[in-house]
Amino acid sequence: MATFTLPRNSRISPRGRHFPAPAGATRTRIFRVYRWSPDDGANPRFDTYEIDLDSCGPMVLDALIKIKGEVDSTLTFRRSCREGICGSCAMNIDGSNTLACTRAIADSQGPITITPLPHMEIIKDLVPDMRHFYAQYASIRPWLQTVSPTPNMKERLQSPEDRARLDGLYECILCACCSTSCPSYWWNGDRFLGPAILLQAYRWLADSRDEMTGERLDQLEDAFRLYRCHTIMNCATVCPKGLNPAKAIAEIKKMMAARA
Amino acid sequence: MATDFLSASDTKRARGLGASPAHVVAHWKAQRVTAVANLALLAWFLGSLLMLPAFDHATIVAWARQPLVAIPLALVSISTPWHMRLGVQVVLEDYVKSEGTRFVANLAVTFYAVVVGAVALWAILTLALGNPNG
Repeated sequence: MATFTLPRNSRISPRGRHFPAPAGATRTRIFRVYRWSPDDGANPRFDTYEIDLDSCGPMVLDALIKIKGEVDSTLTFRRSCREGICGSCAMNIDGSNTLACTRAIADSQGPITITPLPHMEIIKDLVPDMRHFYAQYASIRPWLQTVSPTPNMKERLQSPEDRARLDGLYECILCACCSTSCPSYWWNGDRFLGPAILLQAYRWLADSRDEMTGERLDQLEDAFRLYRCHTIMNCATVCPKGLNPAKAIAEIKKMMAARA
Repeated sequence: MATDFLSASDTKRARGLGASPAHVVAHWKAQRVTAVANLALLAWFLGSLLMLPAFDHATIVAWARQPLVAIPLALVSISTPWHMRLGVQVVLEDYVKSEGTRFVANLAVTFYAVVVGAVALWAILTLALGNPNG
């Protein structure tokens, strides 16, 4: 059955550490951050950090970097571009998956709770294991595939109209906010490709230059890979890039119906 | 298709048993076709019941013996168990992880749907074609 309770060693321990604000701080905010280390055998816990907002940047990622740099260097998280294009800092902030770098501290009222992307195996703290997600991405062959010979000394051309059909698809940064917000991906992520990978699959199905449409649909025509999507729409709600994976999945289902 | 940061076992797990096209689009279409049919048939069924002057045995028998009542009643008895069978299969695939349990549960739901449909059809045929005074 789908698992609705956490295994014993994943339950949150009440023994979190507390880091008070520096003396003299007037504008503070509490960050409750999920902590778990593979090395100490302890259950996960929430550590709370009181941060002086007057000496901190405006985004949640700024606060995490400040914590790691000035308060507690053991905190582990991924980040790189700090401007919403690399997808590294995807995490769950106040119950919603999003990018810490594009989420303003001011968007939250009161204490800010930060946990890793839901229903993923955790490597440490806020760092989930993304290998299966990436292997699923590789399985859809996310590159241009053709059977016709390459035009002599030229690129394959695309009209502005055909290029426009990729708008809303090519912007995906593979942060996995959508897939890890999807109950179908929680219960059947081993076989269901999930919204991010299916949006990427549609990005190649919709490309006027790609000639492997039939073969791509063959690979998706599966009760688990594609049809676990029940249009729950969490994917479209959380996407930090404002994309709509549910719509891309519906387009794939329409293509399936058109050829059946 | 292994890349540097993916191990062979990651790739094998993601590729799994491969895509299974067995009836999957037909299943998806049948679920939607029976949904539309159920909407129309059940709207008719409830509307017709509410328009009956009384609910005593004689009135119901006289109503069900009309061909334009008996035939849609028979269609409801096929369409709704069929739709239920398709829908419950999807729910089982969503939530039941064990292949064995899922197989047995699907078998049970299939038999249940067929039996419910058969009993309903038998009842309607008996009403429609049997002796009205019997």
